[in-house]
Amino acid sequence: MQTANLFIVLLVLSAVAYYMARGRSVALAQPLGGIRHLHSLPFFYGMRAAIWCALPSMALLAVWLLFHEHIISTLLLDGLPEAQKPTSAAEHNLLLNSIENIASGALSAETSAPHLVAAADVLKDLRGTARNLVTAVVLSLAVIGMGWGWVKVSPKLRARQQVERVFRGLLLACACVAIFTTVGILLSVLFESLRFFQAVPATEFLFGTEWSPQMAIRSDQVGSSGSFGAIPLFVGTLLISFIAMLVAVPVGLMSAVYLAEYASPRVRGLAKPALEVLAGIPTVVYGFFAALTVAPFLRKAGEGVGLEVSSESALAAGLVMGVMIIPFISSLADDVINAVPQSLRDGSLGLGATRSETIKKVIFPAALPGIVGGVLLAVSRAIGETMIVVMAAGLAAKLTANPLETVTTVTVQIVTLLVGDQEFDSPKTLAAFALGLMLFVVTLVLNFIALRVVKKYREQYD
Amino acid sequence: MTNVPEPLLKRGVTAMDNVQYPDQAVGEPFANDHKMSLRNVNVFYGDKQAIFDVNIDIARNEVIAMIGPSGCGKSTLLRSINRMNDTVEGCVVSGELTLDGEDIYTTKMDPVALRARVGMVFQKPNPFPKTIYDNVAYGPRLHGLASRRAELDEIVETSLTRAGLWNEVKDRLDQPGTGLSGGQQQRLCIARAIAISPEMILMDEPCSSLDPIATAKIEELIAELSQNYTIAIVTHSMQQAARVSHRTAYFHLGHLIEVNETEKVFTAPEHELTEAYITGRFG
Repeated sequence: MQTANLFIVLLVLSAVAYYMARGRSVALAQPLGGIRHLHSLPFFYGMRAAIWCALPSMALLAVWLLFHEHIISTLLLDGLPEAQKPTSAAEHNLLLNSIENIASGALSAETSAPHLVAAADVLKDLRGTARNLVTAVVLSLAVIGMGWGWVKVSPKLRARQQVERVFRGLLLACACVAIFTTVGILLSVLFESLRFFQAVPATEFLFGTEWSPQMAIRSDQVGSSGSFGAIPLFVGTLLISFIAMLVAVPVGLMSAVYLAEYASPRVRGLAKPALEVLAGIPTVVYGFFAALTVAPFLRKAGEGVGLEVSSESALAAGLVMGVMIIPFISSLADDVINAVPQSLRDGSLGLGATRSETIKKVIFPAALPGIVGGVLLAVSRAIGETMIVVMAAGLAAKLTANPLETVTTVTVQIVTLLVGDQEFDSPKTLAAFALGLMLFVVTLVLNFIALRVVKKYREQYD
Repeated sequence: MTNVPEPLLKRGVTAMDNVQYPDQAVGEPFANDHKMSLRNVNVFYGDKQAIFDVNIDIARNEVIAMIGPSGCGKSTLLRSINRMNDTVEGCVVSGELTLDGEDIYTTKMDPVALRARVGMVFQKPNPFPKTIYDNVAYGPRLHGLASRRAELDEIVETSLTRAGLWNEVKDRLDQPGTGLSGGQQQRLCIARAIAISPEMILMDEPCSSLDPIATAKIEELIAELSQNYTIAIVTHSMQQAARVSHRTAYFHLGHLIEVNETEKVFTAPEHELTEAYITGRFG
């Protein structure tokens, strides 16, 4: 039976198991005087049987799916005559591939070597037997589980506890998915970075001030070694993030104060969703807004006052990124300010403080940790932001603090290193992983601090 | 008990709704030397009227207790006296409220200045998340009452001493006020209120979240403070009203029913609603 069909049959079987065990528990309860004499509700008896039916059989199926390729190929190769056994790993793969192709009909059996055709037949045989065997074992396991679930139903059985334990396990497994994904990504980035650091010393990467990742493909090409100093990239990233925060923090905070403390409910009802629309604009739209509208405008304005503004300037990218982050900060700060108890406002107003004095001296200090947390989260967003800087900040890795010049960021360089045809073992490509790792570490640290600060704030009023 | 009609007793609470409210509160709502005077005061929350035609005087240096069942409008009236209701959306106050003969609801009166003169202590202790010192110094700093640090220190010490808290906190003025116990927090709030030398203090159920010992301390404090301040206290506890106040005002569903010497209210109430309330037939 095909795996998909087998899976459907298992589902049907466990549904049957559910209804049978449920029915039996109700029937057993009848002479005792109703289901309240059962230890658990009938649902749990049904669920218990369904779990017994589905879980072991599906686990077995999963194990089989994970390992069957390996088992079958081992069996196949063992069956080959001694002379035809592969001697190296490459030969091994080649042989398996050709047998596989003949078996699936991709290679014509008439033009192939006879011993390969024979092996292909063996492979087909092995597959067929294995499938039948697995179907039989899995189905009988399901039926046994179903029977076990049905037989064990009794008023004293603690079915609810057992079912709940299984569900708790399921919940845990779901929670683990996110964690393992993170760990997996981190490890893969880490290993690629280690390969990069074998080619380029870590000190050069961390403290070098020149970034030009062009590597020659052949040794006779000019400029055969690139330089991988990441300092200009991080300076560019920090410069743009700094400009962005310069825009976003004051505007975001003030709009949050207005919305939380001064706005009438009607204005609030209109302004808050409008502000949140900003957060819904795709960053690529911000990107071309920055590149096509803001940058030329800055250039013209610069010419007007006699300043030379590069057409791809840090200022343009930073300003637009700041606008993008405004709703992020304002909605976080708004939440934090609203969380300050009304009783503190009353206390301050009752002492003859004006509204602005109350905001400055009571609400702001009380909300400060939360606001700081929000700002740090926003900073890590700014550092990781890619699309706007790709479109508006430029590619030249200049080490400068002048916002009117073109700079590049870590994220931009990762994108340019990986687009197009690349070798996956040259330092040029691997550098992207090292940059990604650095970025990951920086934002992780920022998020960690931010969450700690926010948590500390929460404890204050609970 | 004798002057309550027999059927009323049997029918209990709902029957009380049929009782006529007096046009004018019975007893002695007016005083000669009044600090605060309320005439024809009505308070609305949107379409809902919370206070109906209240006329009452609060005499200088007296403690007046406002009692009545939940939702009778006593807190609303208290919050109208220092215009804390201004911050409530849709709240409208009409009528004449005067503090030392000055109308407090004219445009000339700045609610901020008014609240500096009429302090308030709230139901739940609400110290700011600052140090004990900064909590008390908050008001004086705001209003520039001290020009030098030493003056401020003195104000803080006097206020804490008056609030009966000085001995307990003098060694930890730099600790957060939120770390004190509930009763201490409430006394800190009282110290904070008297630090700006108000003329009148409004207390909105100041002991409702405190244990009996802390409550006793606050009540003692109220008795002491009444030598210098005019105090209006809203309370749910009739025993408390009887212990701390000179006069007691009884409110019922937004109407002022009776105002009298506290002793008289609790021993010989003039109005049947007052009697029904203090004998515990509803509340």
